[in-house]
Amino acid sequence: MVDAEEERAFVEFDRVQKSYDGEVLVVKDLNLSMPKGEFLTMLGPSGSGKTTCLMMLAGFETATHGDIRLDGQGINNIPPHKRGIGMVFQNYALFPHMTVFENLSFPLEIRKMNKAEREGKVKRALEMVQMGEFGARRIAQLSGGQQQRIALARALVFDPSLVLMDEPLGALDKQLREHMQFEIKRIADDLDITVVYVTHDQTEALTMSDRVAVFDDGRIQQLAPPDQLYEEPENSFVAQFIGENNTLEGVIEEIQGNQALVRLDGGGLIDTTPVNVSKVGERTKVSIRPERVEFGRDRLGDSAHTLKAEVLEFIYMGDIFRTRLRVAGNDDFIVKTRNAVNQARFQPGQEIEIGWLAEDCRALDA
Amino acid sequence: MSDSTNNGPVLAADGTPLKRSLRRSLRLQKFRALLLIAPLLAFILITFIAPIADMLFRSVENKIVEETLPQTIALIDAGGPIETIVPNQKVFSALYVDMFVAAENKEHTRLGTRLNYEQSGISSLFRKSGRRVARLDVEVYKKQFEEVDPQWADVATWQSLAESANSAELLPRAMWAYNAWRDYVRADGDNPDKEAPEDFIYVALYDDLIALDDVTSANDLIRKSADAAPDFETVNFKEAFVKFDKDWASENVWKTLRTYSTPYTEGYFLNAIDFQKDFDGYSLRPDNQRIYGVLFMRTLFMSLVITACAVLLGYPIAWLMANRPMREANLLMIMVLLPFWTSLLVRTSAWKVMLQQQGVINDTLVWLNLVDEAGRLVLINNQFGTIVAMTHILLPFMVLPLYSVMRTIPESYTRAAKSLGATNWTAFWRVYFPQSVPGIGAGSILVFILSIGYYITPEIVGGTTGTFISNRIAYHISSSLNWGLAAALGTILLAVVLLLYWVYDRIVGIDNVKLGG
Repeated sequence: MVDAEEERAFVEFDRVQKSYDGEVLVVKDLNLSMPKGEFLTMLGPSGSGKTTCLMMLAGFETATHGDIRLDGQGINNIPPHKRGIGMVFQNYALFPHMTVFENLSFPLEIRKMNKAEREGKVKRALEMVQMGEFGARRIAQLSGGQQQRIALARALVFDPSLVLMDEPLGALDKQLREHMQFEIKRIADDLDITVVYVTHDQTEALTMSDRVAVFDDGRIQQLAPPDQLYEEPENSFVAQFIGENNTLEGVIEEIQGNQALVRLDGGGLIDTTPVNVSKVGERTKVSIRPERVEFGRDRLGDSAHTLKAEVLEFIYMGDIFRTRLRVAGNDDFIVKTRNAVNQARFQPGQEIEIGWLAEDCRALDA
Repeated sequence: MSDSTNNGPVLAADGTPLKRSLRRSLRLQKFRALLLIAPLLAFILITFIAPIADMLFRSVENKIVEETLPQTIALIDAGGPIETIVPNQKVFSALYVDMFVAAENKEHTRLGTRLNYEQSGISSLFRKSGRRVARLDVEVYKKQFEEVDPQWADVATWQSLAESANSAELLPRAMWAYNAWRDYVRADGDNPDKEAPEDFIYVALYDDLIALDDVTSANDLIRKSADAAPDFETVNFKEAFVKFDKDWASENVWKTLRTYSTPYTEGYFLNAIDFQKDFDGYSLRPDNQRIYGVLFMRTLFMSLVITACAVLLGYPIAWLMANRPMREANLLMIMVLLPFWTSLLVRTSAWKVMLQQQGVINDTLVWLNLVDEAGRLVLINNQFGTIVAMTHILLPFMVLPLYSVMRTIPESYTRAAKSLGATNWTAFWRVYFPQSVPGIGAGSILVFILSIGYYITPEIVGGTTGTFISNRIAYHISSSLNWGLAAALGTILLAVVLLLYWVYDRIVGIDNVKLGG
């Protein structure tokens, strides 16, 4: 990154490491910088270090090595209550012995705000999450979704410049979760706040974020906007983790500019885009999205390589068809096709020919 | 459901009302559940509830007076104006009969002991009188009756009287005396049909005949005897009793007897709250005899202090246990539970060793020159000793409920408070502490109720100023044998605990008490 951009960084992790027991690094050499106003999601499987990063940012865990900076200022030694960071917890952590109003008023009381000002702010925060009528309720009287809204309002009521969210929608059912994703995104955009959002749900990450940091093994595997992450994964972990993905293993046969020919282990040659492979003879995992597979030669051109495939299963899912194929010895090769007027419906046992554009197929590390 | 649209009861598939068929299907379930708890229920009823009920009943029960001296009590309680407190010949004559039977049954000493609680000296009065009543010569009655009709000497005459319908009405006391005589003769292993009736029965017979107005329904024997009786030579029982012991002439004995003649009495309860019931009504005991009020207040006060100490000492430990890693928490838990594995007696005795004037703490203080030899602190056999030892012994009962409640408070609450800007202290006080209150409540109730009835520790380390009401109850149960008073004290203690529980429920709410989960 260029220097000018780094200066504008609002949140910054600089070579941060974290170990709990002095033997294993949970976070290995984390570098991250995000500008003000960004919605950044940390996505990864459990144990990948994403929550630890969030807790270090909030101040509940200390970095073993490295600096964390907020608005240019090192915050390693600032206790959590002085950081002024709003946080939404996984279980909401709404205080059960207080009413909704008291919960929201709590951070304002601590900031020694006078009563009138407090009431105004709480009222506005409640209206923002469409819970204006619920001030007098006890927490136990609220549904999960309502608690979620209150937790959000409480994290925002004292106007923090940075809000952290630790899997805030994990406990909600699917429909409510989708609704709240939209709601959170709307509020974050309206208030122009900077959000660091932790989740293990990739749909959530893709739909809400400006950028997504994919965590694995204590490292950021890729940090990119959602579309780039999905379409241009930089390594096979990201390709596997984000979205549905078909993997074929093989060896690089030939590299020419931004095209590489790969000989698959199960037989056959295919065209790919080399991503993090460089040498002929190197092993590679080839990644191809199920919706980018072509059945005819119309779009591929005559020179493209194709593969023979056997239809194992055909599933009708309404808007799409899902076909499972045996391709080059791989029994789990999935193809998704839109339920369009002329779309072929395959029969199990049918032999077909498939192919793809080289730019849709990425040769990644093995 | 289509049934819900019409107004009649909802019907099950077979046409019976749904409610009834539901009840029927649940009945078997309920019956099974009842069977499961039946053994425990029976066990508790027989070994716990029933004895406690019996014990509580003793706090008002006072039948012994009426049962031991039925004739006497019947006379002095007969109603009508009371001319004199010390009664007339008739009553003393009845007293003789009662006393004779009681002495034969060896019940007069029990009654003496009972009445001695109310007035000291009565015990020896009864013991002495019982002994002498047996030796009093009343043969003169029997002789005179035999002169009227020799049949009177024959036990068969008495037996036929006892079996006839109206004799109990005509000769109530004689019949009572005769039956009492038969009972104790039989209890001695003899056959009453082969014994001659004893002299005291004729005293009762004489009293009956003197009092008899209407002899129309009586047989010849009784009519003849009733005619002769007014001219009999009699024994002056009043004089005789006063000769046994001059206290029989004193008003106090008779006042006491009359005050406590009822089968149920509030006397024990009055006693337990430092009042006394005497002939003229209720009155506060003199200053130097009031002990229970002070003891109750002391018990409550010290239990409160012990509870407060247990909260202060137990809270930080429980917090540590709930917030440290499992390994450390387990170690702490073992240390908290360690006292449980030692005998209560050993622990209390250990405190005796620690706290006594020649004990470890005083020795250390002297050695450090903090106090001089003459100024050794009195740490035991007083309230201080009791509070220290009992706080130590009851501490686990505070720590365990506190711990189990604190363990369920997620760390995220405190974290949330801090992220909202609260300092460590504010986060603790405003967010953590209120949520641990149910644990404090549970622990406090447990410790308070345990300590309010504690016995062994105050007995060993309490001295005179550090003992509890329970020590007094134990004294009355095992030493003074005044079970009625012990029961009354126990009942009051139970009532106080229930009252406090109710107050606690009103203020804190019993729903807010959690033992865990």
